[in-house]
Amino acid sequence: MSAPKIQLTDVAKRFGNKVVLEGINLAIEPAESIAIIGGSGTGKSVMLKCILGLLKPERGSIKVDGAELLGVPSGERARIAAKFGMLFQGGALFDSMSVWRNVTFALTQGRTTDTARMRDIALENLEHVGLGREVLNLRPSELSGGMQKRVALARAIAPRPEIIFFDEPTTGLDPIRADVINDLITSLVENLGVTAVTITHDMASARKIAHRVAMLYQGRIIWSGPRDRLYDSGNPYVDQFVQGRAEGPIQAGPSETDWEEATGEI
Amino acid sequence: MTRVSWLRVAAIFAPVGRFVINGLALVGRVTLFAFRALLRSLAPPYYPGRLGEQLMQIGWLSLPVVGLTAIFTGAALAQQIFTGGSRFNAQSTVPAIVVIGMVRELGPVLVGLMVSGRVTSAMAAELGTMRVTEQLDAMLTLRTDPYRYLIAPRLWAAVIALPVLVLVADAIGIFGSYLLSTGKLHFNAQNYLSISRQFLESDDIVMSAIKAGVFGFIMALMGCYAGFNTQGGAVGVGASTTNAVVSSFVLILLANLLITVIAFG
Repeated sequence: MSAPKIQLTDVAKRFGNKVVLEGINLAIEPAESIAIIGGSGTGKSVMLKCILGLLKPERGSIKVDGAELLGVPSGERARIAAKFGMLFQGGALFDSMSVWRNVTFALTQGRTTDTARMRDIALENLEHVGLGREVLNLRPSELSGGMQKRVALARAIAPRPEIIFFDEPTTGLDPIRADVINDLITSLVENLGVTAVTITHDMASARKIAHRVAMLYQGRIIWSGPRDRLYDSGNPYVDQFVQGRAEGPIQAGPSETDWEEATGEI
Repeated sequence: MTRVSWLRVAAIFAPVGRFVINGLALVGRVTLFAFRALLRSLAPPYYPGRLGEQLMQIGWLSLPVVGLTAIFTGAALAQQIFTGGSRFNAQSTVPAIVVIGMVRELGPVLVGLMVSGRVTSAMAAELGTMRVTEQLDAMLTLRTDPYRYLIAPRLWAAVIALPVLVLVADAIGIFGSYLLSTGKLHFNAQNYLSISRQFLESDDIVMSAIKAGVFGFIMALMGCYAGFNTQGGAVGVGASTTNAVVSSFVLILLANLLITVIAFG
């Protein structure tokens, strides 16, 4: 039996005295699309940033294709991290660069090389997300929020990563554009065999793009199951969350971003 | 002393201790940040294009402000020395004092402060905005090291550009003094230039360039460090920019004092 594409074992992360992740255990299979749901402040983005190497967990193990990510030399870590692509919630486009340079940034590492070929590659990836030649030379500030998100998605898929992380991919998009993004994530998984990990509050999106849904609450995975069971999980926390009820076992708390900012960890 | 008295004494000194420890920790973090950027810049990939862009930003685009500062200061300095010197018939010392004052002290310090005001704030604001909008995180996920791509070119460019700017400022400052002295104070142009050349020593020029290199490093380091470690949103970017400029100014003046005392003391 092959190793999971990503395996998290007992991953814990705290900011100051606030424990955000308290022993995450999760295995994601190759070409699987998993949606991580949970309220604000439950540690979803922190978990993603730990896998990406942007945050360092206090303990635990994170393996990609059986290779350990934590505590390994930076060169080895970079080799494994080259399998990752990431769509940030706000797009995180480089506003000092044109769209085509943004899209090909991972391929050029910011250098000006082989301009004509890079523009062609950028155009090819932009067409995947429903954009055309007319945006190639624009700056991110000249694009609408939805277009920025699609350019960011084109940038994430340009180096053809094996694993793509999506942080709230449909937030801020109209329902039609959101569905375009959902279709794209689905096609990446089905046609290219990409493993997708999506953080979302959009239940319709979760049900469309994910094979499996996991719910994070108070730093732990409290439920994981196929998408068809999302509204029939038998878990009161999941039921309250997916139905959007104020009453139930989940109490509102500060967001994880609050903890990051309060403790200064970057 | 009783236990209560000891506790009172400890309560007075605890904030001082905390301040010192936090200060030392900050110095350590800034030092590590600088070493990391410089050491990583020695290994590929290299970014000569980024270095060129920063040389343009820090060096070329600072020339107008540097030139204006130097010419006004040089002229004002000549007037002050002339007025002060006239009290004991020492007006003829104007060219000598101007050349020493500009090259040893005013050139490096004024250019350091003026360029820092322009460059340090821009670096802190740009990198701070990149931090709070997750662009720095995005860069890491796109297989690019921000230390190599963003920080190192700024540090090297400032260290290279500042000595050139300061030498230009020294020359323009002396020229400003020359214009005022020959135009308003009735100095003989030939004599003025002759005395200036006589008092201008190569050691002073070298020291001026060394000071400038150190100031360039300080201003870029403080701008990059504050921007790179920005927390929060727009308020955080504003705070980082202010901290960067203030700390850069203070450190430039402190470094100037230390170098002057060591070199001329």
